[in-house]
Amino acid sequence: MLVSDPALAIGDTPLVKAAAVSPAGYEIYVKLEGSNPTGSIKDRVALYLLDDAERRGLIGQGSRIIEPTSGNTGIALAALCVARGYKLTCVMPENTSVERRTLLELYGADIVFSPGTEGSNGAVRLAREMAEGDGDVYMPFQYGNEVNPRAHYETTAPEIIRDLPDVGALVAGLGTGGTVTGVGRRLKEHNPDIKVFAAEPEYGDLVYGLRNLDEGFVPPIFDPSLLDGRVKVDSERSLKATRELAQHAGIFAGVSTGAALSVAHRMCRSERLPLGTKLVVISADGGWKYLSTGAFDVGDASTLAGELAGTVWA
Amino acid sequence: MAIEVRVPTVLRKHTEGERRVSGDGAHLRDLIDDVGDRHNGLRAALVADDGSLHRFINVYVNDEDVRFMQGIDTPLSDGDVVSILPAVAGG
Repeated sequence: MLVSDPALAIGDTPLVKAAAVSPAGYEIYVKLEGSNPTGSIKDRVALYLLDDAERRGLIGQGSRIIEPTSGNTGIALAALCVARGYKLTCVMPENTSVERRTLLELYGADIVFSPGTEGSNGAVRLAREMAEGDGDVYMPFQYGNEVNPRAHYETTAPEIIRDLPDVGALVAGLGTGGTVTGVGRRLKEHNPDIKVFAAEPEYGDLVYGLRNLDEGFVPPIFDPSLLDGRVKVDSERSLKATRELAQHAGIFAGVSTGAALSVAHRMCRSERLPLGTKLVVISADGGWKYLSTGAFDVGDASTLAGELAGTVWA
Repeated sequence: MAIEVRVPTVLRKHTEGERRVSGDGAHLRDLIDDVGDRHNGLRAALVADDGSLHRFINVYVNDEDVRFMQGIDTPLSDGDVVSILPAVAGG
């Protein structure tokens, strides 16, 4: 594949049959979104966000852009902004991995840190405040921009249907809700019997330090009517499954992939999914950006997960 | 019958700082009434005036979100773990 621009290398990611982590009677396939140019599924979303704003005349050469992110969307936007001449500011929780910060700085983005105790909700709050006081900056706002699920409806889902027409279930992590909403909608149009499950990260108490419930946030683009289940997965269980994926199937993925794989395993029971079901697990990113957290160090996964529980990893 | 209820930081002001309380009930609604009787303010924090769960609260029975089960009418069994978490995003 020869392309003239990294943006043209976004998407068309591999779907890998992972027999080594498939329970008896079921087939698990892992879609490797870490193969995108900046290493995550968010390349698809960032490309749609910028293309849409350009088409609508909202940004042009030299524009300033601000976006709340826990990392991957920021990194994806930052790479595209280099090529297109935009100045990017990312608002990100302070308790993300150091690799996220390093990559954003490498791409020339500015970072404004939001309090770690507010998780990603704090980044959303702070970015909104900053954008409101600044009429000259454009905020794509992945949480409320319908091109986020559309990117998955138009690219991620058709790839799955092309590669595995008899897919029976989808499991993906829940962050903005863009993946489950966009992929889920397209898959259910393809076959209404397909089940869609979301794996929701559960962090340690440190990340849920909201002062009151009104600081809670449900992304406007998330459509829960497409979901057949939503399961929370803590850092320990996510990390164990992520490490098993590397050690048994040779797939080195980020921690949210383990969360999704763990939910897939939970659903591989005849009460939940018919025997023989083919499940697609979305691997949102590779493991590289989590090395500094110690998640992949030699040692016991339960102990290693202790550090991770206070880090926003989705 | 005992069901463990895990309480998030933001609601521990209603449980004297306890992160786990226990209660019972055949359905989630009964459990919330039961623990709400003993922990003042907890019921009002979880359930809106129209009887549905608060928009920014997610409740899980054995890790599964009750909104995708039977909501506040989800049946419970002895030994179930009910977790409450505020709605947070990622991305």
